[in-house]
Amino acid sequence: MHTIPGRRIILTLFLIFLLLPIYWLVNMSFKTNNEIVSTMTLWPHQPTLANYIRIFTDESWYSGYINSLKYVIINTILSISFALPAAYAFSRYRFLGDKHLFFWLLSNRMAPPAVFALPFFNLYSAIGLFDTPWAVALAHCLFNVPLAVWILEGFVSGVPREIDETAFLDGYSFPKFFVKILVPLIASGIGVAAFFCFMFSWVELLLARTLTSVNAKPISAVMTRTVSASGMDWGLLAAAGVLTIIPGALVIWFVRNYIARGFALGRV
Amino acid sequence: MDKTVNQKAWFLVLPVFLIVAFSAVLPLMTVVNYSVQDTFGNNQFFWNGVGWFKELLDPSSDLGSRFFASLLRNLAFSAIILTIQVPLGILVALSMPREGWRVAACLVILALPLLIPWNVVGTIWQIFGRPDIGLLGYTLNHMGIDYNYVSNEFDAWATVIVMDVWHWTSLVALLCYAGLKSIPDAYYQAAQIDGASRWAVFRAIQLPKLNRVLLIGVLLRFMDSFMIYTEPFVVTGGGPGNSTTFVSIELVKIALGQFDLGKAAALSLVYNLIVLIVCWVFYTVMTNAGVDHTKPEGAV
Repeated sequence: MHTIPGRRIILTLFLIFLLLPIYWLVNMSFKTNNEIVSTMTLWPHQPTLANYIRIFTDESWYSGYINSLKYVIINTILSISFALPAAYAFSRYRFLGDKHLFFWLLSNRMAPPAVFALPFFNLYSAIGLFDTPWAVALAHCLFNVPLAVWILEGFVSGVPREIDETAFLDGYSFPKFFVKILVPLIASGIGVAAFFCFMFSWVELLLARTLTSVNAKPISAVMTRTVSASGMDWGLLAAAGVLTIIPGALVIWFVRNYIARGFALGRV
Repeated sequence: MDKTVNQKAWFLVLPVFLIVAFSAVLPLMTVVNYSVQDTFGNNQFFWNGVGWFKELLDPSSDLGSRFFASLLRNLAFSAIILTIQVPLGILVALSMPREGWRVAACLVILALPLLIPWNVVGTIWQIFGRPDIGLLGYTLNHMGIDYNYVSNEFDAWATVIVMDVWHWTSLVALLCYAGLKSIPDAYYQAAQIDGASRWAVFRAIQLPKLNRVLLIGVLLRFMDSFMIYTEPFVVTGGGPGNSTTFVSIELVKIALGQFDLGKAAALSLVYNLIVLIVCWVFYTVMTNAGVDHTKPEGAV
């Protein structure tokens, strides 16, 4: 009774619709530019790794990946460590202005990054962080910290209060309780929140591009610039695109059972 | 769950409050500052009062006409993608296999588009849709349909919409799937005993259970489509003409392209205000829905 008639066809069609454009990108990344421009082939007839080799040997290309990973990792660590205590507080206590604060956090998750591009540029230039991974990592906290609070709050609420009380009766201090008992209990929740912080920081381009120029340029910005300079090197562009999909595809596998819950901000 | 009142909890929330305030309030203050001033360069600013806001909200001025045109375009875009993505997402969620390795495989494929950097999403569709090298553009043109998203307005819109459906329908589907999973089997058994039709099961059991997740889904989809920037920017660059210039694209053009700080700031504030209002409406509905849920039958 869960499902509907014709479900196999619907699902298969939809999955094909999802995979086809990705397949085309992968297909192009293994072609030479000559083959791409001159003929229309459904698979590479002269498969080549030249595009990938160029990315892995040219520093201006691979440093883009390293820069992106730097700010994404800094941001994930910052967001989770800031959000954990707050999530606990929202889940366990009532305090002055808690509902308003929660709404304010939510509204920041929804705020258009375009609004913040220019002021962030000014702000981080003024404090000397412009063109460092820290600028992007801090800027992405704008939407990732609220997101992490939301997700973790859902998971902390799933831990029965009795566990807190028992721990305090056993003489645990608050920090010790937090690290020794609470964190292990919501480990999967932390994993999910980290995954979502990783993801939203990884996919964002506008702020990352605005806040960097040379030294910390993320891969997404490298892609846009190099392409226009070299006059549309389609194969190279496709290979760079494929390489940006891989980290995401790898981490999905680990959280596949929690994906939906995380997207519901921990509220299913 | 009943929570205890404890003002010390503020200490736990303080780090989050500070970092988000640093990232949100501080920049917004500079925006407010810019929005009431004018400049002739050289960092010399003049008090301009509400001049920029007047211009922005006056559809006959250049700035106002651009703002309202992009706002209308953006609202139309949001409306279209919501009417496609929500039913399609529900349909896909209902079509998910019940158990086994197929569930995991489907979940991973569904989530895949969500984890692709937004500019790469744009690149994928740019390549896929090109009439000379893209599978989609090539096939359409060889079927006798004149398709070119660079020069034709309708084709540009269709491409951006299909791209968004490709990119985000999975989100709605995953949310609905999570909602459906939380329905106990007993409900379905009861329905079977009553001899309920498939449609009745959907209307009476599944849809009510999906209420909450759908609300989150619609909120996220509305907000993210309302602030869409990167994907259409990469594919169409806002063109042909201005036909796919959405509010964020217009804003970035004014702010970082022309460096018109006052105009950009006024637009930012109005834009942010719209987001805030819509957000508040959703939040109120959401928390009220939660309250109604926990109330026993017949309680006031």
